[in-house]
Amino acid sequence: MKLKFLIPLGLFLVLVGFLAVGLKLNPREVPSPLIGKPAPAFDLPVLGPGAVAAGPQRIRREDMLGKVWMLNVWASWCPACRDEHPILVDYARRKTVPLFGLDYKDTDANAQGWLRQFGNPYDAVLVDPQGRTGIDWGVYGVPETFIIDKQGVVRFKQIGPVTPEVLRDRIEPLLKELSA
Amino acid sequence: MNTLQKMLLALLMTAGLLVGQAQARDAAPEAEDPVLEARMVRIAAELRCLVCQNQTIADSHAELAVDLRNQVREMLRAGKSDAEIVAFMTDRYGDFVLYRPPFKSTTALLWLGPLALMVLGLLVLYRVLRKRSQLAPEAFEPDPEESTSIKS
Repeated sequence: MKLKFLIPLGLFLVLVGFLAVGLKLNPREVPSPLIGKPAPAFDLPVLGPGAVAAGPQRIRREDMLGKVWMLNVWASWCPACRDEHPILVDYARRKTVPLFGLDYKDTDANAQGWLRQFGNPYDAVLVDPQGRTGIDWGVYGVPETFIIDKQGVVRFKQIGPVTPEVLRDRIEPLLKELSA
Repeated sequence: MNTLQKMLLALLMTAGLLVGQAQARDAAPEAEDPVLEARMVRIAAELRCLVCQNQTIADSHAELAVDLRNQVREMLRAGKSDAEIVAFMTDRYGDFVLYRPPFKSTTALLWLGPLALMVLGLLVLYRVLRKRSQLAPEAFEPDPEESTSIKS
């Protein structure tokens, strides 16, 4: 009973523990309710020539079924996307699954200029000038990256720029597993 | 804290509330249909803006908040119910968008935690008071007034 005076100290340490964990959490990373759910429907025009190889003029969700793919939401007005871009360009050189871009609330001219300047890692870029598809996908801060499996189910979401660590430790192992 | 300080604090807090309401009104652009607009603001005031997380969608000026207000307006025009609109938002952004998250297993601690802490505090208080009531009067220091009256 002589150690009773240690109780406040113990409580204090517990509090410090909670606060320390809290400091490390990122409040911007809101877990997506989409994980494990079918990808939201979309039917979007493809960014025009100068940035993209010839292909269909529109891409719908149904067109993507049967393959594993990545969707990277970006915009030319987004500084964090510029940081992320070289990592995507690097990924595109050794990619295992197609990488599609979703150009979010942007103008085609700006987007094409950006791709010419920094390189185009995308198989195709879908354009969403009004941000409606963005809302359906729960996008709230570009860049965001989704991985969709063969059944059209969202399996992973990266909020904020993809870093080389995330690519190596989370994305590539998951792609390998899903493509198997 | 003396009475004057308390009054000042109360005044400041009231002023803060008023400012908050004024901002909420600011954010709603020119309304062609005031009834629909009022409903929109009421729903948007329950939703957290994900870009600036301590603001509601009703009073945030972030672009996403503007888009989501338009989305709410559009859904109201299409005759959707409040519940349908809230479900639309949580389907996309999760319970996190709700300022009043639903009670379920993952939020039980959030809802019951404060109550549990209060019950714990009351238990501790009860035990301390009981212990003190059982102590002999000699265990307590004499009240300061009594001691001064003895001295004088």
